[in-house]
Amino acid sequence: MLYIKCPHCGMRPQIEFSYGGDATVKRPELNKEISDQEWDDFVYNRKSLRGKHLELWQHLSGCRQWIKVERDTATHEIFKTFKANEEVA
Amino acid sequence: MSQDFRLENVGSINRDKKLSFKFNGKKYFGYEGDTLASALLANGVHLVGRSFKYHRPRGFFGAGVDEPYAIVQLYRNNETEPNIKATEQELFDGLEAKSVNCWPSVNFDIGAINNFLKIFLPAGFYYKTFMWPKSFWYKVYEPFIRKAAGLGVASTKHDKERYEHKYEYCDLLIAGSGPSGLSSAYAAAKNGAKVILAEDKPRFGGSLLTSDVNIGNQSGKDWAEGIVAELKTMPNVVVKNRSQIFGYYDHNMLVMSEKVSDHLPKTKKYHPNKRLWYIRAKEVLISSGSIERPIVFGNNDTPGVMLSSAAKEYLKVYGVLVGRNPLVFTNNDSGYETAIEFKKHGVDPIILDSRKNPTSEIIDEAKELGIKIKNSYVVVAAKGYKKVKSADIASISEDKKKLGKIENIKCDCICVSGFWTPSIHLASQSGNKTKFKEEIDAFVPGTSKQNETTLGAANGIFSLEETLKTSFEAGSELSKKITEKNNQVSVPNVVEKKSSVHDKFWCVPLPAGKNYKRFLDFQNDVAVSDIEIALKEGYRSIEHVKRYTTLGMATDQGKTSNLNGLQLVSEIENKVVPAVGHTTFRPPYTPISIGAIVGREVGKHSKPTRKSPMHAWHEKNNAVFVDAGVWLRPRYYKKGNENLFEGSKREAKNVRSNVGVCDVTTLGKIDIKGPDAAELLNRVYTNAWLKLPVGKARYGVMLREDGIVMDDGTTTRISENHYHMTTTTAQAANVLSHLEYYLQLVWPELNVNVVSTTEQWAGAAIAGPKSRDLLQKLFPNLDVSNDGLPFMGYMEGDLFGVKARIFRISFSGELAYEVNVESDNGNFMWEKIIEIGEEFKIQPYGTEALSTLRIEMGHVAGSELDGRTIPYDNALEGLVSKKKDFIGKRSLQRSAFTAENRQRIVGVVPIDKKTSIPEGSHLVKDANAPLPNPKLGHISASCWSVEYDNPFSLAILKDGKNMIGEKLFVMSPLKNKVIPVEIVSSHYVDPKGERVRS
Repeated sequence: MLYIKCPHCGMRPQIEFSYGGDATVKRPELNKEISDQEWDDFVYNRKSLRGKHLELWQHLSGCRQWIKVERDTATHEIFKTFKANEEVA
Repeated sequence: MSQDFRLENVGSINRDKKLSFKFNGKKYFGYEGDTLASALLANGVHLVGRSFKYHRPRGFFGAGVDEPYAIVQLYRNNETEPNIKATEQELFDGLEAKSVNCWPSVNFDIGAINNFLKIFLPAGFYYKTFMWPKSFWYKVYEPFIRKAAGLGVASTKHDKERYEHKYEYCDLLIAGSGPSGLSSAYAAAKNGAKVILAEDKPRFGGSLLTSDVNIGNQSGKDWAEGIVAELKTMPNVVVKNRSQIFGYYDHNMLVMSEKVSDHLPKTKKYHPNKRLWYIRAKEVLISSGSIERPIVFGNNDTPGVMLSSAAKEYLKVYGVLVGRNPLVFTNNDSGYETAIEFKKHGVDPIILDSRKNPTSEIIDEAKELGIKIKNSYVVVAAKGYKKVKSADIASISEDKKKLGKIENIKCDCICVSGFWTPSIHLASQSGNKTKFKEEIDAFVPGTSKQNETTLGAANGIFSLEETLKTSFEAGSELSKKITEKNNQVSVPNVVEKKSSVHDKFWCVPLPAGKNYKRFLDFQNDVAVSDIEIALKEGYRSIEHVKRYTTLGMATDQGKTSNLNGLQLVSEIENKVVPAVGHTTFRPPYTPISIGAIVGREVGKHSKPTRKSPMHAWHEKNNAVFVDAGVWLRPRYYKKGNENLFEGSKREAKNVRSNVGVCDVTTLGKIDIKGPDAAELLNRVYTNAWLKLPVGKARYGVMLREDGIVMDDGTTTRISENHYHMTTTTAQAANVLSHLEYYLQLVWPELNVNVVSTTEQWAGAAIAGPKSRDLLQKLFPNLDVSNDGLPFMGYMEGDLFGVKARIFRISFSGELAYEVNVESDNGNFMWEKIIEIGEEFKIQPYGTEALSTLRIEMGHVAGSELDGRTIPYDNALEGLVSKKKDFIGKRSLQRSAFTAENRQRIVGVVPIDKKTSIPEGSHLVKDANAPLPNPKLGHISASCWSVEYDNPFSLAILKDGKNMIGEKLFVMSPLKNKVIPVEIVSSHYVDPKGERVRS
């Protein structure tokens, strides 16, 4: 079970969180004309990365904040966590 | 029966407490502190089971967790448990155990014929023998294998035992209480670190319990006892015996199974049977020791052949002689230690040492005691069927290839020692890449991967002095980092006898003309010849060899067999062992009860049960409950002998003709506040929200980004910047997360706050033509007329002193209202409604009537919004705004979603107006078409229409728009039904929606 540092609450076990997928996907702006391909990429197409991956988690049973977690998908090593509005360096 | 093999005054068992037990129906005696294995051996019982494949007689090989054979079916307190190692099971009064894997009995086992058919059971026999004819698999092979295989029978009864889970944090977790575990625990504890010390056996001390050493002028055993006693008094230390750390998981989390009650005849009141600890440690010290390795020789599975360390443990801890005429076969000094213990207790052993001329302090001691030693000698084969009677021995050449003349000598047990294998399982599970240590022919942990440090024998260090020194140091240094204290503890003096190097020898060659089975893996009957076949057939990867031959599989996971298997593969392949590599170590280290893994989450405890504030009233009024997510909701209120059908029909009819009341507390409720609340709703729902006035409610549908309907419900504008959203019962949590996602990540510029208020409000739906009359009596001061409170209107009122919210919304399609009060007042509200509603013939109605009412009105619910449908499919496209953008809108342009013949909701009525249509049935054009009969749609929900008194269903049907009036067939192969039906509008009752506006 992972041990995740919530930027708001501190170190918490994985059971308090729920997984939210790739954090690098950006939702197209509202009311913007976009191609089928762009929309498909946003809704469906994901890279299944091995290695460093920026992903979303929600601290569901804690502060309920969505956070970004930089994690190695192969080793589960967590490098850094970020608040939702924090710029990822 | 007397304990013929028990020595007097030896061991640490409690001789004042005699225990009786039964094995295979026969009564024996042992003492408190015995294991089932030691007690059986004290009684001279060596035959405990039959082997897995050949059903050969098997005895005891080890004295603990490494035991491959002695697996029994245990009977305790009217329960039974399979897969129990006799070497681990502590004796209690009244214990009963039976052999497994034999029929009709362990002494006469029909399956033993496999031993003579072994030519047909080579490596990979599962894959080879049972392949053809294909049709035989289900009828012949599988039932046969199921009957023949397995190591016991699982109980089919409900498990009455209780299992607990515990979450714990500590600075240092120490796995194993041998010399390294105790030293490091002591040093760390003195620095004030929070320490958990775990020992899988009942007794602390590990190898110190059996070795002839001296620490700080005490015997090793006494020193260990002193340290444990002191640790137990320290508030920062948790000392646990009978506790096996079996898994090392991510981020320094380890899981430990504590056997709380297995050593007792019956679990004590309020005690669990087992407790599973999830421990998050800052530092982990692995002091799991090592397991003795066997030397492979002919018939080395005969009962009476066992590890020399096990023989020593039976003698020193339990006072049990495993034989009176022992033969010790060794390639290192450990065998001598066992022989010395035999000799000291009046038994004359013979040592066969594969080495030519070894010298050491230990060997000198053996010689001084007059023990007979034969150098460059090996056991070629054990003789005897159900017990060792003698051994064929021979001298061996220096290159270990040629045997001398074979002699037969009498013996009643063979104690074998092929040196030691560090228990690196936990280190390897942590992600540590192990490395091969040439001097000990075994793998040891490499560079730490997580915060783990491996100490002592587990790290390949077999000198006690070095172990203590490094372990004290590790305990001090690691705890100092955490507690920033530095209380020095001095390392005690150690007196131990020096040993000489072991012989790199692990397998005795076959003598000419003999074809003895030489077993590598005892539990799975994998012999040297099986590995040879697998390699000849082209298996190369050690992982493939393992799975093809089953080497190192099953419950002991090859604790005694893995390294010898690797030696063999590397020898045949002409590679060095590290080039072959070892198979992956995976948790659990030992078998763990399923019950312990599940813990308290069984039956009613598997999920929380939520009840509305009116639950007690429902119970009192004969409600029959149904699970709705985690909620318990009344399905119907039983009157007399009514069944579900009759009761729900009565309730639904009463709503259509008078007035009914339904508990709708379970609906999800989300409070939305902020200046941008309307904008958020406008983006989340498919329809327009910016112009909703204060005091009005609106029905909305929300989509996922892929265009699929996620949820529906009404949202009411309570005041300028305050909205009250309702969701379906099932989706409440998901919708809240969904809103939080967009507010926190996608549109953080929106100034809105959302919070769940599901528990804060109790809700009652009042529905039926007389609902307004009732509402007026509940709120006499309010104008609830059609003008005062129109459809989708909202007002606040005072319900006999209780603040209430009144919504004019309807799920039943009737004139209806929902009244919400704060949860604490829920029951008060409910009783008032029932009391005042009496004159209007009010009846409560449950979820079954609720379903009937919504189905015949064509209102969609969870069975239509099933994660596969878009708004059009549910006839909700009118609610999809063409002007504004919203979540999921772009997806609705997908060609499949705009196809002309797209699926759509329809009504379904059986032609005979009698036959009920099973939910989930398929709709087809031709009932007699050959299979696969093309499916046009499925029945999503069925009811008995109370309006028309005939069955009515909703269906999602291909090209549903153009199918009205068509005649189709409903097919339910599960219920064996074919029903001719007519497709009608989904709005079966009041299609214009006049009632809700009346």
